[in-house]
Amino acid sequence: MARLGVSIQHGDFDLAAEVAALRESDGGVGAVVTFIGTVRELSDGARVSAMELEHYPAMTESAIEAMMGEAAARFDIRAARVVHRIGVLAAGEQIVLVAVASAHRGTAFQACEFLIDYLKTRAPFWKKETTGSGATWVDARVADDAALARWGIAAGDLAAPLDHMAAPPGRRDR
Amino acid sequence: MKIEVRFFASLREALGSAEWFEHASAASVGEVRDILAARGGRYAEVLGRQRAVRCARNRVLCDESAPAAEGDEIAFFPPVTGG
Repeated sequence: MARLGVSIQHGDFDLAAEVAALRESDGGVGAVVTFIGTVRELSDGARVSAMELEHYPAMTESAIEAMMGEAAARFDIRAARVVHRIGVLAAGEQIVLVAVASAHRGTAFQACEFLIDYLKTRAPFWKKETTGSGATWVDARVADDAALARWGIAAGDLAAPLDHMAAPPGRRDR
Repeated sequence: MKIEVRFFASLREALGSAEWFEHASAASVGEVRDILAARGGRYAEVLGRQRAVRCARNRVLCDESAPAAEGDEIAFFPPVTGG
């Protein structure tokens, strides 16, 4: 069984500490892949002074846990960790961490990308950016839906139960 | 039938964060959306068919054909933008 953990928090996270915890007491780990999303300082040319992240408290953790369970079912991973921040963040701050540990790099890369693609399109978070012209909700990106589609999942197909998803795609070139 | 309706992000700003919804005949999540939108005003603006709206039933993403039942928590929100 892969060790899976998720935290939704206001405070920042420490990449080194998270990676150390992921590898701790598991001699079978030979690869760790991490993704960190940060607040862009520029959005469509406008300078971002702050970003506010709203979420659906009762749903967020269980939705991400379900995604991690799906990742563990698809890929031979040993551990995975997701940390997602909420509240008001300044430009340049860390927003999200996805970290995956496995025996070999291929599955860690794939599972990490799968998790962030999935999280971006199906975890209940919403970003509001403040620029010189005021605060506006960030629009969902079509490219994010396309990213999820590579894994055989239609982003619009919101009713698709996790255990009925299509098989994972074949190995992709890197 | 009484259900709790919740709104998030731009929908929350327009409609408030939650309300009780009572209706004799709403059978699906999509029908709840349409009945709310038919109130007009801000409801029509943010829940009308011209808007991209996602939904969840009892804290799990669903599509609009999902049944709506007594005691459900049904949420409406814009497409998600986390990560």
